[in-house]
Amino acid sequence: MTDTSRFSPPTRQWLKTGEGNFTLRLAGRLDVNTASAALKTIVPELKIRSPLYLAINIEDIHFFDDFGAVVLFELKKQTEDQKGTAEIIGVHKSTQSILDRITFEPDSNETKQTPRSDNFPERLGEATFKFCSNLGYLLSFFGAVLVAVCHVFRQPKRLRLNDMIFQMEKTGVNALPIVGMISFLLGLIMAFMSSIQLKQFGANIYVASLVALAMISELGPIMTAIIVSGRSGSAFAAEIATMKVSEEIDALFTMGFDPVIFLTIPRLFAAIIVVPILTVLSNLFAITGGLVIGVTMLNLTTGSYISQSVEAITLFEILWGLFKSIVFAVLIAWTGCLRGFQARGGASAVGNAATSAVVSSIFLIILFDSVFAVIRSYWW
Amino acid sequence: MEKEKIIQVKNLTVKYGDHTILDSVSFDVYSGEILVILGGSGCGKTTLLRHMIGLETSFSGSVAIDDEMITDKDESQMFNVFQKIGVLFQGSALIGSMTIGENIALPLQEYANLPQRSIQLLIQTKLASVNLLGFDRHLPSEISGGMKKRAGLARAMALNPRILFLDEPSAGLDPVTSAEIDQLILKINHELSTTIVIITHELASIFKVASRIIMLDKSKKGIIAEGDPNYLKEHSENRLVRRFFNRNPDL
Ligand SMILES: Nc1ncnc2c1ncn2[C@@H]1O[C@H](COP(=O)(O)OP(=O)(O)OP(=O)(O)O)[C@@H](O)[C@H]1O
Ligand SMILES: [Mg+2]
Repeated sequence: MTDTSRFSPPTRQWLKTGEGNFTLRLAGRLDVNTASAALKTIVPELKIRSPLYLAINIEDIHFFDDFGAVVLFELKKQTEDQKGTAEIIGVHKSTQSILDRITFEPDSNETKQTPRSDNFPERLGEATFKFCSNLGYLLSFFGAVLVAVCHVFRQPKRLRLNDMIFQMEKTGVNALPIVGMISFLLGLIMAFMSSIQLKQFGANIYVASLVALAMISELGPIMTAIIVSGRSGSAFAAEIATMKVSEEIDALFTMGFDPVIFLTIPRLFAAIIVVPILTVLSNLFAITGGLVIGVTMLNLTTGSYISQSVEAITLFEILWGLFKSIVFAVLIAWTGCLRGFQARGGASAVGNAATSAVVSSIFLIILFDSVFAVIRSYWW
Repeated sequence: MEKEKIIQVKNLTVKYGDHTILDSVSFDVYSGEILVILGGSGCGKTTLLRHMIGLETSFSGSVAIDDEMITDKDESQMFNVFQKIGVLFQGSALIGSMTIGENIALPLQEYANLPQRSIQLLIQTKLASVNLLGFDRHLPSEISGGMKKRAGLARAMALNPRILFLDEPSAGLDPVTSAEIDQLILKINHELSTTIVIITHELASIFKVASRIIMLDKSKKGIIAEGDPNYLKEHSENRLVRRFFNRNPDL
């Protein structure tokens, strides 16, 4: 059996048996390989003749499968579309069993998509409802995390220390190069840009205070949090979501572990410990970046730059920055784990979890930062 | 039966690191037969199957499908081979973001080149053949494990391939459904003279469908028996083989 014969469409023979009556004799193969070619040749011929009655004789078809049956079905439909009738004749017993399997109508068009309402108020309502229930889940998960934290404080044995150290390494140590580089460049850019303005007043030295102050109270915590959220928040979500969709979480649960304690607490504590440390390092890197500009382009000495920086910052600023970074760490771990636990479905659910973890944690970080800024400005 | 060799495996040796899984395995699959691969868990059945369909590259030996060496083809050349085969994976491997209907439609839309109405009809037919009518709009995560197996089977045979590879088609199915799958396998084999390579442990289904078996063993890292299961059950010289077929650990 050569490959060409396998792909050649059935031979056709049209017989006119009366006014508007035709017989179509098919011979050869009518199967998966020839179905498309057969349809392409027969349908135009059918359209020309537009029979009132068509008999399709498949006696000489020696190779037939469900694709062939579908072709016959399609020819029948086409004839009926042209107000004719069609009949299949010369059916062997083995062919009949294949044809029998294709007797039902395909429910093609009418139920194609799940009905989606176009009604604007209805959709608005749906979205609001979804948002609220989402918010509810957000809060109840936060509650669950708080309960888990209490449990762990009461029974420190339940904290999986190895997991936590592993997470600290992944979230903290491995993030250091990127945090360091971005902060260094940020310091460089800030110093450079501000120096263009400050130079005009001969106030070069204030570049140092500007960089130090901006980094420690605002940019350091925010930049670090955003990087960590992109690196680790998404990883938390993807990892937990994968465990969720492959029933690993259910397995943990049935083995008597609380999945929240098992998975969330190590990540939460790791984030709370490493994010402030990363923030401090980020500040130092940025100040170094500013220093490079100060020394090379603004004729400042290293000593004067550093002493100006130190003078600008207060202990309160440092603590304020650290406090914020702890809050951000909680937000990152919380949303990351939450989105992971919320995942449902297959592989795409994992991707969605990672995406929405990053989006919601960055949103919350900015939101909380704004709230802190307001609180602070009214407090003074 | 004319004995045209459709798959030839020669001296296949597979190692993962220092760990040899298969050591110089050779056998042929004849056109139109149902070959059952069996052996204890972890003895390398799935590994063997993956090598037979060219999914793995690091090994020595050769595999030919339809006289075409697949072992020295690159990815783009493999597409010709993939057109001839359908594979049911051990874990079903349905695309999670698509419904069951879309999963089956995927190969049909890509290769069958038929009008939409015909494709819909084919999907329904395929679903009906594995008893899943009415589940075409469900996502894989919304159906049971056994149903996933059956949907995967429907997808594997969507294009009526010449060779079907089935990794444990009846794992996780009840005896009745599993017997129905056996019937389906026999029907496909009979009607379309499809060559079928099956991995299975179900004794009942082995005796029912197998034209020939090959049995792998972990300690020998290769084939310990080959032939007709009914004959091997009584007359095999190897104790392991008789134990397996008679379901008796003390033989
Ligand atoms: N990617 C891999 N890396 C390392 N070892 C592997 C890999 N895949 C399989 N193995 C090893 O190869 C051996 C055979 O695995 P395989 O999946 O082929 O078993 P199997 O016979 O299909 O078993 P089962 O009946 O349980 O499905 C196992 O010991 C496994 O540890
Ligand atoms: Mg396996």
